[in-house]
Amino acid sequence: MNARFTIGKIGGALVTLAFVLIFNFFLFRVVQTDPVSTLFRGRNIPQERLDQLRAEFGLDKPLGGQFIDYLEETAQLNLGLSYQSRQPVWEEIKAKIPATLALVGISSVLSAVIGTALGVAAAWRRGTKTDYGITTSTMLFYSMPDFWLGMLLLVGGAIATGLFPVGGMVDAGSSRAGIGRLLDQAHHMALPALTLTLAYLGEYAIVARSSLLETMKEDYLIVARAKGLRDIKVRNRHAIPNALLPVVTLSAINLGFVLSGAIAVETVFSWPGLGKATSDAIRGPDLPMLQGLFLLFSAAVILFNLIADLVYGRLDPRVRT
Amino acid sequence: MTVVVGDRKRQRWVEVAREFWQARSGRIGVIILAFFVILAIAAPLVAGTDYINPVKARAAGLPQWGTPAEVGPLGTDHFRRSVWDQFVYGSRISLLVGLAASFLTILIGSAVGIVSGFVGGKLDSALMRITEWFLVIPFLPLAIVLAAVLGRSLLNMIFVIGITSWPSTARLVRSQVLTLKQRTFVDRSRSLGGSGLHVVRQHILPNVSGLILANTTLAVPISILTETTLSFLGLGNPQTASWGKTLEEAFVNGAIARNAWWYYLPAGVGIVLVVLAFTLIGQTLEQIVDPRLKDRR
Repeated sequence: MNARFTIGKIGGALVTLAFVLIFNFFLFRVVQTDPVSTLFRGRNIPQERLDQLRAEFGLDKPLGGQFIDYLEETAQLNLGLSYQSRQPVWEEIKAKIPATLALVGISSVLSAVIGTALGVAAAWRRGTKTDYGITTSTMLFYSMPDFWLGMLLLVGGAIATGLFPVGGMVDAGSSRAGIGRLLDQAHHMALPALTLTLAYLGEYAIVARSSLLETMKEDYLIVARAKGLRDIKVRNRHAIPNALLPVVTLSAINLGFVLSGAIAVETVFSWPGLGKATSDAIRGPDLPMLQGLFLLFSAAVILFNLIADLVYGRLDPRVRT
Repeated sequence: MTVVVGDRKRQRWVEVAREFWQARSGRIGVIILAFFVILAIAAPLVAGTDYINPVKARAAGLPQWGTPAEVGPLGTDHFRRSVWDQFVYGSRISLLVGLAASFLTILIGSAVGIVSGFVGGKLDSALMRITEWFLVIPFLPLAIVLAAVLGRSLLNMIFVIGITSWPSTARLVRSQVLTLKQRTFVDRSRSLGGSGLHVVRQHILPNVSGLILANTTLAVPISILTETTLSFLGLGNPQTASWGKTLEEAFVNGAIARNAWWYYLPAGVGIVLVVLAFTLIGQTLEQIVDPRLKDRR
């Protein structure tokens, strides 16, 4: 693999990360000259407490010094203390990563697989009732706010029928371990995962369908048919593999959102992950927590983009220029 | 001479309009949208603001969580407020934010795209570097931190959505401008002494306007859904309650646990229909502007 290409991509990712750090610093400290009074506007908080908070932020120091402090602390993963829990922000965030990773990871895989299959089925039967049904229903899910879909499924799957728990990750007071605990977690994850899968699969269906329709015009498919291959073989051996590249691109892009992809849906199902933490931090308001979460979400996207770029460079030599 | 050109232009738009109406999806989109625009404009005729105020609603003797069967069109919420009135007035805010934010998105995106594509050189690479940065940063978290820091107001909401969603438009317009720059009519105009501004106004803008129009229509669904999500997360202004804000209040105050469907259904259905309408209109326009897309749908 070309070393210059690799170094260039890594350098680009580092520059973007530097932009994020600068932005994160200035947004919270300069755009609003005094974030403390903005965040607590209209609340009855004594002056001493406000001064104490400003000192905690280091807001009484000059700006340059504040920025150096910020870089140093960020490099050591010292992201300050959460207002709400009084615990270090990084510890709080770290504890919540697995829950989000599991939920969004499983939903991403399911939506990619089901969505692509639906898109392929629609394209291959273009203009039929199947095509019309798939296109219409995926578009409908695509038009829904994901959290509202979650609310509907919450009513249908938990409140009205009692089939699934209304929220959380394990039954309250449960002390099960091993397989029992895993099953309990799966039971809790079912509704939020279904919500996210339905919300995401429209995008895959649309991309897969239009890509396959494009591929179906290619000459090599006519050749394959002329050779006398059966329809299913033409589709599975010649059409689909060539049509899947945009789907792979889309999944690679979506991988970056594996941490930040379920902010509102986690809130609906009280799923104890990073999304729920974000909406709690907004309501707090918990400034250090929000800043830390934004940094992590951005870093995840940058990292996964970098990985996708490098993998592409390996798969497709044309990219390496 | 100018009359002839004007006629031709008008004729072209008439043709676009006719082609648009002939497409079924475009027709459905326009009909749905027309319904909600009329509802928003005629709000004072079909609803009132009195029962959106909890004090007046209480004085009028409305019950808490009144069902539609008990208290009229869409029942009442935990504050005894009429859900129908909130729905009708919420449509104004959701449409306003959706349209204004999309307008801002397209304004920034087109300006950056045209300048970048037309001027080229160092300015182009600098602008594209910024655009790329905005594309890489996760859009929703960025909108969340901006909205959280700027504070809860209608104008901030529009600003936050506009400032975070312009980059894809900028890229699209830029690539279109780059291909237009290669065309002979641009060369001709330049060799006849046309200034850069003249070329942009007379030759570039008219040729990208269709693309920009289609793009604006497709930006509205994204703006509306973003506004809805931000409001649901508690970043909406309670004084100007949009459909998203209604959904947040319904959720926070336990409409789900009570299964008060009259509270959490209308706003969601409204959002889905308006988003669907703009998507259908945008896709139809896109197909007319770029006939190559026709085979894919």
